[in-house]
Amino acid sequence: MTLSQLSDKALEAGLPKFAGKQIAEWLYKKHVASIDEMTNISIKGRKILQERFEIGIKPPVKVQTSVDGTKKYLFVQGEMKFVEAAYIPDADRATLCVSSQVGCKMGCLFCMTGKQGFQAQLTAGEIVNQIRSLPERQTLTNVVYMGMGEPLDNVDAVLQSLEILTSEWGYAWSPKRITVSTIGIIPAMRHFLEKSDCHLAISLHSPFEDERRKLMPIENVYHLHQILEAVKEYDWTHQRRVSFEYIVFGGLNDTPRHINELVRILSGIRCRVNLIRFHPIPGTPLQGTDEQTLQYFKNRLNEKGVLATVRASRGQDIYAACGLLSTKEITSIQTNTDY
Amino acid sequence: MIWHTCKVECNRLIAPEVFELTFSPLLPFKAGQMVHIAIEPKNTKRLYSLASGENDPAMTVIFDLRQSGQLTPLLSRLSAGSTIYSSTPHGSFFAKPGPAWWIATGTGIAPFRSMLRSGLGEDKKLIHGGRFLESFYYSEEFKSMGNQYVRCCSQQQHESVYAGRLTKYLQETPLPGKDYSYYLCGSAEMVVDTRDLLISRGVSFEKIVSEIYF
Repeated sequence: MTLSQLSDKALEAGLPKFAGKQIAEWLYKKHVASIDEMTNISIKGRKILQERFEIGIKPPVKVQTSVDGTKKYLFVQGEMKFVEAAYIPDADRATLCVSSQVGCKMGCLFCMTGKQGFQAQLTAGEIVNQIRSLPERQTLTNVVYMGMGEPLDNVDAVLQSLEILTSEWGYAWSPKRITVSTIGIIPAMRHFLEKSDCHLAISLHSPFEDERRKLMPIENVYHLHQILEAVKEYDWTHQRRVSFEYIVFGGLNDTPRHINELVRILSGIRCRVNLIRFHPIPGTPLQGTDEQTLQYFKNRLNEKGVLATVRASRGQDIYAACGLLSTKEITSIQTNTDY
Repeated sequence: MIWHTCKVECNRLIAPEVFELTFSPLLPFKAGQMVHIAIEPKNTKRLYSLASGENDPAMTVIFDLRQSGQLTPLLSRLSAGSTIYSSTPHGSFFAKPGPAWWIATGTGIAPFRSMLRSGLGEDKKLIHGGRFLESFYYSEEFKSMGNQYVRCCSQQQHESVYAGRLTKYLQETPLPGKDYSYYLCGSAEMVVDTRDLLISRGVSFEKIVSEIYF
């Protein structure tokens, strides 16, 4: 809960409003495991809180470790809410890729999460729990909202979780340590840009709308040129960053024509393009590009003035790499198809 | 987002917990497009595909009542004369010329009804999936497509419908030529299952156009 929500709940419980701030401190600074430990709240007050609430910490129930050190954690957040988070340690940083939904509604052709359909939204608490319950929490330097689900299809809970992570009364993280990804749900993206200072990453994958439509059904709803117009309205000259995610598919979006069009459409936007190797999923008609083409693509973008980097693939052997998170096998045991 | 003040013309149940909401004025649109609907622009808004034809006198959307939802319980209580707000129609789930299969589940039928009522039904086959016999909204209208209208019912049987899921029908049925396109509209689960099935049967992903619900 955010501070205002905690204060409201404190008042409802007959506690003074400032108890909300005390509770926030116990939850987000001192990381207590029980309400009983909140010793600056009266015994009577704690009893009332215990009758109404629980801290709700849910440690991961399973972990898989990659040969490269990446760890994939499975969380059971509630009934039917199975989600994965990927912990990615690197030389001088450690990133956690968190999920925002159980499954996903967006149906992107290249994504494993989309194959399980959509089961549920996560609450802000369930998102924060992936960080709070992480055994390596103390080592984290960055959080990216790039796990299961489309974060801006759950924008209210995502914003609440960001408020908890970045507020002084919360985890007090710099928003510059957090990146939220989206495929471009424009109204929610505008809302996010207005309400948060965290970085934004936009899944691009093709500079041509007709091609993007075949990879990402969202293009039928919000067009790429509209997304870019919305991005250009925002002032990116300060520390906040926008980046564009681009999975490079062999023979599909890796040609000089794509390089030229990327340069054209991103003109005027201070940004970075993250080139991502495709991690094949079962039954996919897509294939990754070869390493030589990938490097050529990156170099040509850089030569033409668009900052481009190739993202290292991590955790591929445990299906923790980009686009591979899924709890379909678990959820399909317990759900019936909706048609 | 530009909001248009609209007046509800009619709000009626077309199946258990499925409503058809008709409102005016008619805003120019192309069949396959959608609108945001809100009771108040500053509050919850949701996207709905238009189910009315381009030349109909008013605009129509259909929606499932979600009892725990923020908007549909309010929408379900609207009556003629109520005010709602609609965005300018947008989106590009358009029926391009050429032969195609239209594949929908549940209220995903909406854009295809719009296309049919807009005179875009030539060379098209409609496959509608649903759990129950009552799930096939507008079936009287679609019967004009003759044997190019197929209903796949997964939970009930009747001589007029195919008994089984839509994906089972697609698995068993010979697919048409490579010049056909496939338009999918429904839940994420249906869209992904159907797309995977079509691809596994040799359809190029470039011939598949999907509309998602969110």
